[in-house]
Amino acid sequence: MRIEYVYPEFEVVRNEARCIQCRVCERQCANEVHSFDPDTGLMLSDESKCVNCQRCVALCPTRALKIVKSDCALRENANWPQGLIKEIYKQANSGGVLLSSMGNPNPLPVYWDKILINASQVTNPSIDPLREPMETRVFLGKKPAKVERDEGDGLKCTLAPQLTLAMPVMFSAMSYGSISYNAHESLARAADALGIYYNTGEGGLHEDFYRYGQNTIVQVASGRFGVHKDYLAAGAAIEIKMGQGAKPGIGGHLPGAKIVGDISRTRMISEGTDAISPAPHHDIYSIEDLRQLVYSLKEATEYKKPIIVKVAAVHNIAAIAGGIARSGADIIAIDGFRGGTGAAPTRIRDNVGIPIEPALAAVDQRLREEGIRNQTSLVVGGSIRSAADVVKAIALGADACYIATAALLALGCHLCRSCHTGKCNWGIATQRPDLVKRLNPDIGSERLIRLMTAWKHEIMELMGGMGINSIESLRGNRLMLRGVNLNEKELEILGISHAGE
Amino acid sequence: MKRIFVNEKWCLGCRLCEYYCAFANSGEINMVKALKDKPIYPRLRVEDDGGVTYAVSCRHCTDPLCVRSCIAAALSVDAGVVTIDRDRCVSCYTCILVCPYGALAHDDAGVVRKCELCLNNAIGQPACVAGCPNRAIVYEER
Repeated sequence: MRIEYVYPEFEVVRNEARCIQCRVCERQCANEVHSFDPDTGLMLSDESKCVNCQRCVALCPTRALKIVKSDCALRENANWPQGLIKEIYKQANSGGVLLSSMGNPNPLPVYWDKILINASQVTNPSIDPLREPMETRVFLGKKPAKVERDEGDGLKCTLAPQLTLAMPVMFSAMSYGSISYNAHESLARAADALGIYYNTGEGGLHEDFYRYGQNTIVQVASGRFGVHKDYLAAGAAIEIKMGQGAKPGIGGHLPGAKIVGDISRTRMISEGTDAISPAPHHDIYSIEDLRQLVYSLKEATEYKKPIIVKVAAVHNIAAIAGGIARSGADIIAIDGFRGGTGAAPTRIRDNVGIPIEPALAAVDQRLREEGIRNQTSLVVGGSIRSAADVVKAIALGADACYIATAALLALGCHLCRSCHTGKCNWGIATQRPDLVKRLNPDIGSERLIRLMTAWKHEIMELMGGMGINSIESLRGNRLMLRGVNLNEKELEILGISHAGE
Repeated sequence: MKRIFVNEKWCLGCRLCEYYCAFANSGEINMVKALKDKPIYPRLRVEDDGGVTYAVSCRHCTDPLCVRSCIAAALSVDAGVVTIDRDRCVSCYTCILVCPYGALAHDDAGVVRKCELCLNNAIGQPACVAGCPNRAIVYEER
């Protein structure tokens, strides 16, 4: 028998005094951790298969289960943390690139947590959102640079196409294929009910969801999967995906095993073939090329839909965003390095890209300096975790935020970061029919609606505290922010003062 | 009248409903005490053919065959709910034979048990519905 170099990461702790051997854990674990031994009448567990998704814990009717991190430890070594040693063992075993899912879990700085929000005290009144009107609606798209009048002295009111959001949050791109049909339906129905938008990701739009088109952003990525005229016409906006925060600089790869049935039809590729999104768009090697695609898509949709260009936050993001703004894009979406993914090489996810906070501040500043901030709206994602993060992002200069991990958490995701195995016990990142059905979109959409409703209340409370009654007055209002534990350079890039200043 | 309906599309076959049913009708207030190391006799059963799973419970028919065929007058309809007087049951199992849904069963004492929508136990509303993690069992007017 081969030596197992890596001791299981988790332990399954079963309180035998409480276990009633109902075997629900066994039936619900796609990783086959639990089993029943008829000879002893006891439940057994193979913790080496456990990914700590907590499905069994959540469904155990007598709360007899808990999953804990194993305290079996290698000898302490500050230079060689346990994770790195285990990764060496894994690669010595597999010979392959390490794969990971969801966002970068490493303890790199989270600037949101070092930024604090202002509140009114004596000299200016705060506002109670329960008693007074509070505007959270935002419009995304090109804004006119100046007021123009026609010959009759009337205002020219024709604006470029705009997206109207009831609150400054949208569900960001997750493809049908990387997440399940029921997850997509939950997002689509919630976006429809909330007056916001969800994003198809690069896997096309399932024919059942065309009816949610008014609340759908359709994505065009480097693989061009599922892109056709009706698809472009179905969405409220079109997003060109140049990059993703979790894996800047590389493409995507949905294994052929997941290209079955409806996914094959929706992506317009044969069953069983790998869906490989190239790292670059093979027709985009310059801003001029990007401009061609932007205008091709505008032509294809008769200039009725805003075009979004999504890029990962990387070193030179301010200059890149300037180029995108000049390419004719209506909206720029920037994805920070903590953004999630259904699968990415671990080294890329954990080491490539920059945090969204400085990227956002730098881009907003550059676009203002160049006098083109009005030409595009800014949407940021890459780990927006709460209503406070949304408020901070808007005060730093964003028009709206993209959330995906938070939305998946609302659907039941427990961040076990095993999406790439395709065995999601919560029915989200899987295409196995028996697992997909675990996510009932009636429940999923309700939970998303409640989450967003809660965030909207919190956004209004935070705005009210600052004496601001409209998102428009908060945008780019960096005076409302103060930094803590930040050095001069960080404060300079974020464009905020230190607490006490 | 509200009845229990099963949306087979959402049934996961986890069988939690069976355990919540058995607990609801146990008279105990602690699930472990009620069910640990005991065979359970739930009033609904999850049918599982390896692919399709479906919780089967009493439909509370408007003209129930079980009530008509009960030789001991143990089964009756009370405000639309088919109920059983367990003291009257003579364990002839005619009701089990005639039920077109296979919704009736007997317990270890041989006495017939059936779903009474939890109206006659401490829970007061169907425990299977409350305990279903995926809203596959619903209690509603149709």
